[in-house]
Amino acid sequence: MNINSIKSQFPIFEKKINGKPLVYLDSSNSSQKPLSVLNCLDNFYKNEFSNIGRSIHSLAVNATNKFEETRENVKKFVNANSKDEIIFTKNATESINLIASTFGQQNIKKGDEILITELEHHSNYVPWHYLRETKGAIIKFAPINDDGDIIIEKLKELISQKTKIIAITHLSNVTGTIVPIKEIVEIARKKNIPVLVDGCQSAPHIKIDVKDLDCDFYAISGHKVYGPTGVGILYAKKKWLEQLPPYIGGGGMISEVKKNKITYAPLPEKYEAGTMPTAEVVAFNESIKFMNSIGIENIIKHEKELTNYALEKMKKINSVSIIGNPKNKAGVISFTIKGIHPHDISTIVDEEGVAIRAGHHCCQILHERLNLSATARASIGIYNTKEDIDILCKAIENCRKIFNLK
Amino acid sequence: MDLKQLYQDIILEHGQSPRNFGKCEKYTHQAKGHNPLCGDQVQIYLKLNKENKVENLSFEGSGCAISIASTSIMTESVKGKDLEIARKIIIDFLNMIKNTQEIKSKDLDDDQKIKIMSLSGVKQYPMRVKCATLAWHTLTSAIEGKKEDVNTEVVEL
Repeated sequence: MNINSIKSQFPIFEKKINGKPLVYLDSSNSSQKPLSVLNCLDNFYKNEFSNIGRSIHSLAVNATNKFEETRENVKKFVNANSKDEIIFTKNATESINLIASTFGQQNIKKGDEILITELEHHSNYVPWHYLRETKGAIIKFAPINDDGDIIIEKLKELISQKTKIIAITHLSNVTGTIVPIKEIVEIARKKNIPVLVDGCQSAPHIKIDVKDLDCDFYAISGHKVYGPTGVGILYAKKKWLEQLPPYIGGGGMISEVKKNKITYAPLPEKYEAGTMPTAEVVAFNESIKFMNSIGIENIIKHEKELTNYALEKMKKINSVSIIGNPKNKAGVISFTIKGIHPHDISTIVDEEGVAIRAGHHCCQILHERLNLSATARASIGIYNTKEDIDILCKAIENCRKIFNLK
Repeated sequence: MDLKQLYQDIILEHGQSPRNFGKCEKYTHQAKGHNPLCGDQVQIYLKLNKENKVENLSFEGSGCAISIASTSIMTESVKGKDLEIARKIIIDFLNMIKNTQEIKSKDLDDDQKIKIMSLSGVKQYPMRVKCATLAWHTLTSAIEGKKEDVNTEVVEL
């Protein structure tokens, strides 16, 4: 596989940052976009734009068809049973909020328990916290070990008669831990507890098969999968989408509206109120085609090689510590340099055109668990090369030089 | 503007060995500040005497070199000054960070001015301005006896 030919599909890499070629190592935050996605957005707005599902003129019919083509392709991408199980949202955060809100409304009473983990991003904690505030639910945190792996035995012990849902990330955006979702779903199945998976980080990097995982809900952000912002995916088993109440009310999600009665549209429209990000959903189809054109096996192989290369090289730099050492790790490398705060690291490497993230990465619970206030994070995408890692390491050396570290 | 100017020796030195770190004795005012975007935290302890003079000023907290150095330099510059002068120095500092390169205050000696002005390069790095101003806003909050913590996302610059 020729990474440079993949990289050349991303116009942003023609730009210079602070006079240097861009070394983009912030894909866990959001990925860059290939030209096919950008052209699709441009073409749709210029030549094909119409709202969907409302009018019967030609443009509207074409736009609706394209919108639904993306749904069909997303269905295949996650291996769902039916198109009706794919709901478009704004992002994974909204997908999780949709479930926390509607599931909570229907199934959570005072004293009921929601089981999450210490690895979770704020977007898979805060929506459940609302149920703690409004319904008196209890949130339990399955602990991790120092390597950043969830301690499955402890997770099992935290499941009780009152556990109503388990919400868990598939891939940590701090330690890169790939969580054994299938094993956790099997545990949950025995107790008849539904499982929501935050697939925000995993979708661009590992194979997603909701049938094989047998999870109840799966949340994805399109912008991390080389797609436009404003597109999120919620996969949910059909039985849940049929059973749960609607979320946002408005046009498009209704069947019939009377003064004294409203009935709701069938799936998937029941959960897609108002004008959707039409062009962005249509263009997201190109992101999936881009992923498919490389092939998930090739993506995994390239990113694994690069991650190992980066880890080996970074560990050799004095005073650099890598955060976590999970059994199964993706290309998310959080690190600290003794004596230099992560913000200073980020500012200094930025001068070399290197984009990394610094802070708590929306994981304050995890940082508290690891006794860290902030970390620096380099995260890998399909377009990254060994040369990018070399430039990062050189930039880290420069941090040490500026701070007079020995 | 290059990194060497941002990370001058004065800033690195204050960042690595901050002055007036810890809780000072018998403080009369205190305030907390934090930057929710990056997790920086600072706690300011201020001791005002009966004549409204800053008898002692210290801090605790964690943050980047810019934030720690700025806090350390602030405590040095304001300690021993009358409260009204302290307020003027804060306004002068914030004005320097926003608009000018220089600090005009007549209440600071040249050595203190040089230290404060070492922070003026931060304005070239918009994302880092809040690192430099957090402590100064928090000191204002301590002086005014505000109950809420200072949040860099809420205060103006």
